Amino acid sequence: MNLEALAACVASASCAVTQVSTGLIVGTLLFLVAAGLSLIFGVLGVINFAHGAFYMLGAYFAFSAYTLTGSFLAALAAGALGVAAVGVAFERLIMSRVYGRDLLMQLLVCYAVILILDDGVKILYGGEYRLMGMPEAFAAPPVEVAGGFIPAYYLFMVGMALAAGLALWLGINRTRTGKIVRALAINPQMVGALGINTTLLYAGVFGLGSLLAGVAGALAAPIRTLTPGMGLSILIESFIVTVIGGMGSIAGAFLAALLIGFTRAFGAIGFPLFVDGTMFAIMALVLMLKPSGLLGREAA
Amino acid sequence: MDTESSGGPGRVLGRRQVLRGLAAGAAITGFPHIAGAQAKVLRIGMPTILSGRVAILGTSARAAVQLAFRQINEAGGIAGRPLELVERDSKGRPDEAAKVTRDLINNDGCEIIIDGEASSGAFAVHEVIRDLPVLCLHTCSETSSLSADPKLHVKTAFRCARQGIHDAVAGGTYAAKIAREKGLRRWMTCSPDYAYGRDNTAEFLEFTKLFEPSIEVVDQVWPKLFAPDYTESITKVLQVKPQAMYSALWGGDLVAFIEQGNLYRLFANVGFFSGGLGDPPVLTAIKQLPPGLNTAYRYNRNYPGKPANAAFADGFARIANHEPTNWAWQTYLACQFIAEALKRTGGRTEGAALAATLKGMTLASPFAVAEAITMRDTDHTIVGYPVAWGRTVPKAPFVEDFAQDDWGKILELEAQWKKAKGYA
Repeated sequence: MNLEALAACVASASCAVTQVSTGLIVGTLLFLVAAGLSLIFGVLGVINFAHGAFYMLGAYFAFSAYTLTGSFLAALAAGALGVAAVGVAFERLIMSRVYGRDLLMQLLVCYAVILILDDGVKILYGGEYRLMGMPEAFAAPPVEVAGGFIPAYYLFMVGMALAAGLALWLGINRTRTGKIVRALAINPQMVGALGINTTLLYAGVFGLGSLLAGVAGALAAPIRTLTPGMGLSILIESFIVTVIGGMGSIAGAFLAALLIGFTRAFGAIGFPLFVDGTMFAIMALVLMLKPSGLLGREAA
Repeated sequence: MDTESSGGPGRVLGRRQVLRGLAAGAAITGFPHIAGAQAKVLRIGMPTILSGRVAILGTSARAAVQLAFRQINEAGGIAGRPLELVERDSKGRPDEAAKVTRDLINNDGCEIIIDGEASSGAFAVHEVIRDLPVLCLHTCSETSSLSADPKLHVKTAFRCARQGIHDAVAGGTYAAKIAREKGLRRWMTCSPDYAYGRDNTAEFLEFTKLFEPSIEVVDQVWPKLFAPDYTESITKVLQVKPQAMYSALWGGDLVAFIEQGNLYRLFANVGFFSGGLGDPPVLTAIKQLPPGLNTAYRYNRNYPGKPANAAFADGFARIANHEPTNWAWQTYLACQFIAEALKRTGGRTEGAALAATLKGMTLASPFAVAEAITMRDTDHTIVGYPVAWGRTVPKAPFVEDFAQDDWGKILELEAQWKKAKGYA
């Protein structure tokens, strides 16, 4: 524990800028994955344990597209749309058959899909680690802000994540389709009775949640090593985020992801040996004081 | 007349009966030859990691055995017996490594074991060999105690791999020299938070401080093993502003750390020393390898600068489609030791006979710093292999200017270390 160093860092503009940007970098990527998880749970009421595998697929799809075309935009599009398509297929062909079943059945189905996707990636890409490489456009020196440094790619990544989060929030809260989706989450029978194709909506929401995981994977591909099974660690952190933020709450996921990001960034300075412990302590505290999460709806 | 149904003396044999008889005769006379040929094959078992995050190391060790056995078999095998590899995937789990090793010996008829496990699995295999004393060569574990601790000694087990204490002495010598020349006093470390990461870092610092007492370790960060993101560790380094840093990160973790460090231009201002960067798959995976990083030798086709070393790299690449790894050259060397031991025993495969031959064996090798690598008789481990450090350059094979530490000095300090540990 080095609280003096933590206080000195907070008091120093350069340190504060660097660590705040670190928190945003860690937090926003986590937010993208957790938001997809939370969206699917909020509307469909299922926990997609295979969400981490979708993040992995997004990274590998982006890697393939970038290798083929050399275009980072194509890589982002391949990661996002490819995983959205996989998500829709997964929902229609597999998950829709276990709606309403107990949690264990859903968990088993998702676990089987995780193993299949991990092995599929291993067959197609090999078991060794791969790296996409940084696109030329971002091969610039880090930007200096008040003596702190922020890499250009991370500025883009945070911007993309924030834009995706904002678009999702606006889409759900300010559009007619969003209203229908919210209604679907509360009373699907009534939505169906109004002549709206709920099957299509379920598939669309699942695809959108998966797309967010795909975008996160594609954004991570230039800076993280790609390996089969890489989705597991981010899935665990995403669950922490959704529990803290409140299952089904996009705004809660954003708040919790930033909380985790800042805990990791400043924890590395002040309490480096207890960063993970702090994350779990926050989760435990939230579960004790407000079991529905920071912004989650209380059970009726 | 139905010739096919007739029997008894004087019967006429039909065409189909003749064919059946010929087939049966061929089976009776031919199968023993085939069975005899199969019995002549000398099966050598190999538990290794063929799946998971470090699978490339296990598959590279397998490719090295395939290359070595192909060469040995093309030269006539051992006393007329061709060598056959039987490999099993341990998935990196010690319990599975022990299980498959038992299976290889008891069920698959393997007479020798090449242990291609990382340290955690190697200790498990070691204990199996204590029970089932066939000859075993550990080809991947670098943990010193495996061969240095006399309590762990197994008569038929040998290590044909680099050893942590040798690397620590060489790394300390090299880093202290650079620190002296460039005035690098403030040091930091960034290593994975598990036993190997902490032990390796402690040994490196111990010997660096021994040779250059003026250095000071101002901070240490311990990211999790297989962490996907190192941003908070990198920004911590930026805050602490050390003049130099050591890292025991390896494999994909090291690749991610360097690529993420590049975004902050981390390596422009910090002298970087790494124990794992020199492995060719790591060097080739990094898209923007910064020049001037200091790394321990893991494998390099140009060092030792011998034609046989380059020939090994070419032969290996034809099988594996990539440059050899640290595990690959060590495993290939183990095959050469095994072949020589078998030649000296006249093809006898009893563990005790092979072990007696292998103790103290000196073998001319493309990987030797001088001419030969020796399997030391006292603790069953190799000496005379490259324990060198070099600097990265942007072009393949990515590391040059290797500085080899004096083996006499390494052995002297190793002896002191053993005494301090109670091993000698």
